[in-house]
Amino acid sequence: MNPAPAPAASPPAPVRSRLSFPTDPAPVRATDAAPVVFDLQALEVYYGSFRAVRDVTMQIRKNEITAFIGPSGCGKTTVLRCLNRMHDVIPGARVRGTAMYHGIDLYGPDVSATEVRRHVGMVFQKPNPFPKSIYDNIAFGPRVNGVKDKKRLDEIVEKSLRGAALWDEVKDRLQHSALGISGGQQQRLCIARTIAVEPEVVLMDEPCSALDPIATTRIEDLMRELKSRFTIVIVTHNMQQAARVSDRTAFFTVELDSANDQRTGILVEYDRTSKMFANPSDERTENYMTGRFG
Amino acid sequence: MASEPFSLTGSGNRADTGFRWMAIGAASLVLLILGLIALTMTNRSLPVLSRMGLDFFTTRRWSAPDGLFGALPFIWGTLYTAVIAVALAVPVSLAVALFITQVAPPLLKRPLVYVIDLLAVVPSVVFGLWGVLVLSGRIQRVYDRVHEGVAAMPGFLIPVIVLAIGAGLLLTSRRSLVGWVLAVGGLLLLLYFLVSGRSIPPLVFGPAAQGRSFATAGVILAIMIVPIITSLAREVIETTPATDKEAALALGATRWEMIQASVFPHSKGGLVGAVMLGLGRAMGETIAAALVIGSSLGQVTLDMFASGNSMPAVIANEWGEAESLHKSALIALAVTLFLITIVVNLIASAVVRRSMARSAGRA
Amino acid sequence: MTGMEPTPATALDLSARLSWRVAKNALMTALMVLAFLVVAVPLVAILWSVIGKGMSTAFAGFPDFFIKEIPVVSRRPGPGMGPAILGTLMVTGAATLLAVPIGILGAVYLHEYGVTSKFARLVRFMAMVMTGVPSIVMGLFVYIVWTLRTGYSAFGGALALACLMLPVVIGSTEQMLKLVPAHLREAAYALGASKSRTIMTVVLPAALPGIVSGSLLAIARAAGETAPLLFALGAATAYNPHLFDGASTALSVQIFANANTSFVGSQERAWGAALTLVFLTFFITLVARIFTSRLALKR
Repeated sequence: MNPAPAPAASPPAPVRSRLSFPTDPAPVRATDAAPVVFDLQALEVYYGSFRAVRDVTMQIRKNEITAFIGPSGCGKTTVLRCLNRMHDVIPGARVRGTAMYHGIDLYGPDVSATEVRRHVGMVFQKPNPFPKSIYDNIAFGPRVNGVKDKKRLDEIVEKSLRGAALWDEVKDRLQHSALGISGGQQQRLCIARTIAVEPEVVLMDEPCSALDPIATTRIEDLMRELKSRFTIVIVTHNMQQAARVSDRTAFFTVELDSANDQRTGILVEYDRTSKMFANPSDERTENYMTGRFG
Repeated sequence: MASEPFSLTGSGNRADTGFRWMAIGAASLVLLILGLIALTMTNRSLPVLSRMGLDFFTTRRWSAPDGLFGALPFIWGTLYTAVIAVALAVPVSLAVALFITQVAPPLLKRPLVYVIDLLAVVPSVVFGLWGVLVLSGRIQRVYDRVHEGVAAMPGFLIPVIVLAIGAGLLLTSRRSLVGWVLAVGGLLLLLYFLVSGRSIPPLVFGPAAQGRSFATAGVILAIMIVPIITSLAREVIETTPATDKEAALALGATRWEMIQASVFPHSKGGLVGAVMLGLGRAMGETIAAALVIGSSLGQVTLDMFASGNSMPAVIANEWGEAESLHKSALIALAVTLFLITIVVNLIASAVVRRSMARSAGRA
Repeated sequence: MTGMEPTPATALDLSARLSWRVAKNALMTALMVLAFLVVAVPLVAILWSVIGKGMSTAFAGFPDFFIKEIPVVSRRPGPGMGPAILGTLMVTGAATLLAVPIGILGAVYLHEYGVTSKFARLVRFMAMVMTGVPSIVMGLFVYIVWTLRTGYSAFGGALALACLMLPVVIGSTEQMLKLVPAHLREAAYALGASKSRTIMTVVLPAALPGIVSGSLLAIARAAGETAPLLFALGAATAYNPHLFDGASTALSVQIFANANTSFVGSQERAWGAALTLVFLTFFITLVARIFTSRLALKR
């Protein structure tokens, strides 16, 4: 396996090549006019003294699906977790640089993580429903946010389950334990649970990696449906998935810092998906796409 | 065992077999000792049991000169003080375990655990010494004040307050266990008062003639079992998968809401087991309770400020001058204590083991 | 929360909201901290009393307290606790010599030979039952089988303590043996070592720090026990260095006896004895914890 190439000092020369990837027959046109939701500038994340990721500068736009791809250990999940303050859970984690959400610094002194997470939700790699009924799983978020009226909760539960394409399968079993449904259904349940609080953004950390291909396809279809209501950022190690689903793609890789033998993740290239896959600007991106490493 | 060696020489084999038999012998010693305990002690209990029959467990009169031995007050004392100890220790231990595992910064975790475990190192008799010479004098004033306060209240007041708190908790969350317990308890107390005209609380918080009482023994025992319950509760709580906690947090829950949603459901079984183990320990704890319980005869009462007696205390205090039938009675007490503690400990271990297995399977 | 529109920056507020939820969270956190203080306070209070009241007695006319014999007339004030200190050391030492080797051998059987056999499972279960035996029951048992036949002696007390220590040593040693990786044993077998040889020269040395620390903790607990000794030792006030012959006494028993009196003199001696005993148990526990942390470092 080829090691990652040394960082380029000047803007990399565009590489002309024909990469063939099966793309969605009707590619979604990402427009540059969509408003910016997240604005990351020179973002760095440290775990103790270890710098996990650096120099991340990018903008994530509304109602688009943005994919983070790259080899393992390149920091894509680390960057994702910055967006909803999940690093607060990890002792010794520090964030430098700025991460702005609609112009507000996410890590500013007045900002409450609990409030951020009302606006930015997250679906995890392995489905993690609570050991409660399906109904109570979905109702958890709204209840915690103050909704008590039973009729209103019923409406929210149905709306969320429909939004996650799960309603027809579980509508007769709402009081059954959420642990009794299949893995793919559980993950859609987790998605329903996340959208029940009507966040603006839904982050997804490799949501399909624990699922079979059929379940994966259903979730990818779901993502396309949800795009009109939410902004989605997805981390995936499956670049074909990124090609199928996303409007923009960010490619990360790992760099070896020879001074202290640390591996730090960096953002290599970030562009519209159609361009990234057909005609990447950076040589490292193309090497990854063609399977030369990672 | 696939990697079991086989030997081709004779002499090496003998030493090897010898070692094996020694090991078997050592292990069998456990069975031998337990068997002997069961045998000899039941044997020595027979004289008093044949004299008193089941009355040994059900009557209250304990008088050596008359040859009458009714152990009920002592059984009651052991159980009542253990219940008080658990009631005091469990909320505190749980809160401390939650604090150490969920709230405290990770750097503080080791020193905090150290401090709690220090409590477990202090010998039981030193607890008793402190309890009888330092605590009992001071705590008697507290008992007096509580008793006066409770006795002065109109009989319906405490039940109504308890009922109101319970109802309030239930209003905020229909599932609140504490709310249900308080509401139902308050309702029952109120009904009892309305029907019989007698008020229960002054009976529980009675006049305190001295500082040594069920309550003091309960307090000392509580301090002693906190380290055990905390340590076990910590282990159980830490088996909660991180992803379950993150799921709750990602939905915008506060830390307390996350604990309710992810930690408690996972740990419920194990925590119950931890509580029962604490109960078992409190019942078996001999000396500290013996020193502070007051060693008075014959009381089977709800009054926690009264002096009483417990099985280990009686044995410790009366053995020195006991005649043969008396000694037999004391041994019978020891057997009773043994059986009760064994049963509680067995149930507790089974509960803990099952819940750990279940959460390991689910994770 | 309901009817949230896509947010223009002016309507977005991410600051911490003062709501009932946030207040409840803060309240619960405060309660947890309070609970910790509730636990810490008695610990501090007890150590304060023991050190405060014990120091003056124990160090008055040093080293009288530790060397002089116990006053026969207990209401008389003054030193010392010498015989009790000797008694505690003798009884605990003898109990250790009995319980630790047997306990280690028993654990060796459980983990290396029996493992899952019915007998091994029975022994394991019974060892767990045995850890729950109230100490006073052990004391009475030893009285019946030993003291009644041979009279008061330090050895009787040692027997009772050994019975209490045995299941604890077995349990902690078996845990340590489980941590020794299988490939160490296999390497020894492959070189032709017999099973007993392997255990003695490879497995036990590998598990030794953990076994030592587990045993030390058992010893510390045994040193503090009172009830098992009450019936076996008798009540000596003079020095008795004989293990098998004649009444003896121990620090824990003295504390118990003196706590029950109302004489200031005996109470003072009780505090001094308590200080000595606490110091002894804390010291042993500290050594045990140093072993445990060295074990962690090595791995």
